[in-house]
Amino acid sequence: MIQIERLTKTYGKARGVTELTLRVPEGSCYGFIGPNGAGKSTTIRTLLGLLAPTAGSARVLGLDCRRERRAILAQVGYMPSEAMFYPNMRVEEVIRFSASLRKQDCRAEADALCQALDLDGRKRIRELSLGNRKKVSIVCAMQHRPRLYVLDEPTSGLDPLAQRTFWSLLEGRRQEGATVFLSSHVLSEIQRQCSRAAIIREGRLLREGAVAELTGAGTRRVTLRGGELPSQLPGAADLRREGDTASFLYSGSVDSLLEALRGRHLADLHITEPDLEEIFLHYYEGGDGQ
Amino acid sequence: MTIFWRELRAGVKALLLWSMVVGGLLAVCVALYPSMADSMGDVSALFADMGSFSAAFGMDTLAFGSLMGFYGVECGNILGLGGAFFAALTGMGLLAGEEGGHTAEFLLTHPVGRVQAAAEKLGAMAVLVLAMQLICFAWGAGTILAIGERAVWEDLITYHAAALLMGLEVGGICFGLSALLRRSSFGLAIGLAALLYFMGLAVNLDVGLDWLRYVTPFSYADAPRIFAGEPVGRFALTGGVLGCACAAFGLWWYGRKDIAA
Repeated sequence: MIQIERLTKTYGKARGVTELTLRVPEGSCYGFIGPNGAGKSTTIRTLLGLLAPTAGSARVLGLDCRRERRAILAQVGYMPSEAMFYPNMRVEEVIRFSASLRKQDCRAEADALCQALDLDGRKRIRELSLGNRKKVSIVCAMQHRPRLYVLDEPTSGLDPLAQRTFWSLLEGRRQEGATVFLSSHVLSEIQRQCSRAAIIREGRLLREGAVAELTGAGTRRVTLRGGELPSQLPGAADLRREGDTASFLYSGSVDSLLEALRGRHLADLHITEPDLEEIFLHYYEGGDGQ
Repeated sequence: MTIFWRELRAGVKALLLWSMVVGGLLAVCVALYPSMADSMGDVSALFADMGSFSAAFGMDTLAFGSLMGFYGVECGNILGLGGAFFAALTGMGLLAGEEGGHTAEFLLTHPVGRVQAAAEKLGAMAVLVLAMQLICFAWGAGTILAIGERAVWEDLITYHAAALLMGLEVGGICFGLSALLRRSSFGLAIGLAALLYFMGLAVNLDVGLDWLRYVTPFSYADAPRIFAGEPVGRFALTGGVLGCACAAFGLWWYGRKDIAA
């Protein structure tokens, strides 16, 4: 569905993304994780033809994202991280304008989406909160039932109820076969929604794979109570102490860990899979990413 | 044509405001003419004999006491400046306004070509400028008829056509500039229009600046010169070409530039 090959985008001397290679399978929900300034939005804007790549290529739905931009955009629903519309227009006018740019009559679908999201179509954009602008963005991205959803921080600003409705609507579209490319730094969202994910840092791909693999890529959260920690433990990182409890991320073998802890009079020991948040920090603090 | 109609709707309020203000001023000036004409006989020669000042505003070539002379000097300056400001502001906001307001990302992630989007905006600007000039002409001509004066209609229509071309040229230049900017600069638009206006005055003052006639649209949209029968066709042609070239540059540049977030 999306093929990015050695994509590089620079702004003068400033970095955007560097030699990024990604593949998003059709029908999947693919997570794209990275902190602010990592290059997520640059990648998305390049896919949508807003930016010209400096080098490399990107294809969406088998089409070149620069030369066949219009054909791609006809089949894509995009939610930007900051939903901005013409402030003097009414919500219903923006939604109708978006549909007419696609030369489609989406009134029935738009009404259903507005109702589901509890969005008042008569309000002017300038009167809307960030959350309600996001809802307008959701309707504009979904009303034409696209094959591919490109979502950049889709839930920022949405209240929990609206978030739940949004994920439910998106799940419905996925069951119909739509593909989702989800950029977020809310890692729990990626963990819940996505089957595969890529982690990007400073414009470069750090890690890519199944979310299950990323969370369980040999790294464990080890929590000990009582006893003493060995002075040196290869593979340990992110040590935290609280009272008689110590906790650290461990990426070595379990045998070596147990050997190192033997005879240290531990009261308790927990070895758990870290969540994506911890993995993310682990990569960013120079783990596998270095 | 979706973008064209949206731009028209978005520009209607400004169009009505500018048309009412500029057209209203034209009407007031023309309406005042009969009462001024009676006392104008003595001062008409004085206005024509104020050296550089008279030359700058074309009062040395027209009889200020006649309707056409009065219209050329008073209404010509009002419509010239007002028309140029309106066109400059409209042209400047078209493309840079989308980026400054962060709406370009919304607009251009729809299946619409960038050049097509920009061209529809340009078309809307041309219609708005045309509408503004027509309304102002209606105010001026309607008031002349209402006060029962006789105008040289051919000259009047030629002048208003030149003012329309000037508006389109200024709008085209600002549209081209707008494609280069990341946010609207209304100060730049007003400054550019004012600069062109003062170039027009400078041309009238100093023969050594004759080359500026090919730069400023106020050299051909100059009522006193048109009413005096001076040829302005080649300056109008140059201005038309310049406006079209700037607009074409704007389309080309917008079609290839990176869109700001």
